[in-house]
Amino acid sequence: MSWCLTERAIDHVVLERGEVANSWRTERWDSLRLLTPNWQSRLPGFGYEGDDPDGYRSMPKTIEFLDRYGRVISAPVEVHTTVTSVGRNDTGYVVSTDQGDWRCRALVLASGACNIARVPALAEAVPPGIDTLSAMDYRNPDQLAHGGVLIVGAAATGTQVAHEIHLSGRPVTMSVGQHIRAPRVYRGRDLEWWMDVAGVHDERYDEIEDVNRARRVPSLQLTGTPERSTLDLNALTAIGVKMVGRMAGIRDGQAQFSGSLLNMCKMSDLKMNRLLNTIDEWAEASGMDGEVDPAHRLPPTEVEASPPLGMDLTSGEIKTVIWATGYRPDYSWLDVPVLDRKGLIRHDGGVVDASPGMYLMGMQFLRRRKSALIDGAGDDARDLGSHLAAYLDGSAEDRD
Amino acid sequence: MADSEKTVDNGVNVQALLDARVALTDAPEAAKFQWRASCEWKNGTHSYSTVEGYFGLGEQHKHKTIFNFDADHPEVFASEDKGAAPVEYVLVGLASCLTAGIAAVAQNRNIQLNSVTATLEGGMDIQGILGMDSDIRNGFDGIKVSYKIDADASQKDIEALVAQSQKRSAVYDILANPTNITVEVN
Repeated sequence: MSWCLTERAIDHVVLERGEVANSWRTERWDSLRLLTPNWQSRLPGFGYEGDDPDGYRSMPKTIEFLDRYGRVISAPVEVHTTVTSVGRNDTGYVVSTDQGDWRCRALVLASGACNIARVPALAEAVPPGIDTLSAMDYRNPDQLAHGGVLIVGAAATGTQVAHEIHLSGRPVTMSVGQHIRAPRVYRGRDLEWWMDVAGVHDERYDEIEDVNRARRVPSLQLTGTPERSTLDLNALTAIGVKMVGRMAGIRDGQAQFSGSLLNMCKMSDLKMNRLLNTIDEWAEASGMDGEVDPAHRLPPTEVEASPPLGMDLTSGEIKTVIWATGYRPDYSWLDVPVLDRKGLIRHDGGVVDASPGMYLMGMQFLRRRKSALIDGAGDDARDLGSHLAAYLDGSAEDRD
Repeated sequence: MADSEKTVDNGVNVQALLDARVALTDAPEAAKFQWRASCEWKNGTHSYSTVEGYFGLGEQHKHKTIFNFDADHPEVFASEDKGAAPVEYVLVGLASCLTAGIAAVAQNRNIQLNSVTATLEGGMDIQGILGMDSDIRNGFDGIKVSYKIDADASQKDIEALVAQSQKRSAVYDILANPTNITVEVN
């Protein structure tokens, strides 16, 4: 957005509570790599120029990439500036920070979708003696006590963390609710490549059937490894991770798991195959069929016919519970009434219409399926930058 | 008056149940039962279910008569209300299971029941089934059962009776604890 505003000669400042790429520096586990390949991180006026376009950035490389972008575009970043409150005044907004106040006519909220770990209410019933942490606090297996680990959640975070913790010698049980299976590589190409070329990532928020649902779907079960391996439930089962259903409750120290695991897996296979069908149809229609490997389908997800429905959390077998149950944004500093009853900002494709001059970025399916990706920021920033410029012109005329 | 002198009759043949327990100890395979229902869609949300046979004690059985159940959704759901809602059948199942248990336990404990009535309430936020809010579950957010029991026993004994009935109830267990469900399309 800073690049887009600079291009339009709109005077602006970027406030950053830490250093550029702060959440990548401070809120991610050590081994994490981006889920998108290097070539896909295309920012306005900036892209990948290295010799490993199909690789996935480690955290240090991701930080370096964003840091370099900030310098290349000369973004006017005020680092170590924490916003303490945002309110409205007659002409726009008052942004209070620990480094003093700013006044602005327009405001872009780009503080992200993943500020706070979403932990279910039943977490309070975990018996004493078991360490609990969220994926946000997790760094590496050495941090955990020796012994069993129960990981709740099977999206990208849960599956990746389960994989490395199990391989560290701590037996993992994974509680699996709704999830979306995805092959890392399909017909010889990265799944992200297919979603990019087939236009899946460009699907717009105002063109899909139920955007509210699309904004809530869990992340694809993808991981970025040098081997480009697929990390689905079958891969985890193969190394010995035990699958149980969605955590339904904890009563008297006994964890209860839903009997819905079979259906969750079946739904996930159906959804994956719908995506692969879309890809195959596109490949055929665009004449790609001869250039890529033949179409194929993955074997169905295999789970026990009668998965365990309970687990004694007081037996000493489980030492740690990790909540990989998603994240939510933090708007505790926002004193403008734009939140819905779930605490999320009401917006129309990033335009916060209840508060003129306010914009939102970087949220799941904000304007396009790719909106939450680094690769999605450019198109959203161009659209919203254009709206913001028109707003400033309009409000300037109003005052004349 | 000593217990042995009381003639308690709640209409439950407790001796047969106790004998069955002894017999099944030697033949646990016979204890494996399978309960069945079939269901046919009629129109809209109206369906017609049939309960006829079941398996147990090593063989197939038939109920004395075929039982049929119309299920539908009420008019506030824009349905035709041709039967109780499926969730109401769940309440019926719990109520009748607990009540049968109360009678059996009372018989076994030599408590004469004069009247037993239960009212059940299942709370539900339909934002769940309408897919409006994924944080809200589809099912009941809780079930409340209230018993009014007139019996020749102290309040404490009546409470113990109701507690024991919950402890041994199949439907109570089905609702209070998860169950694996396998759905196939043939």
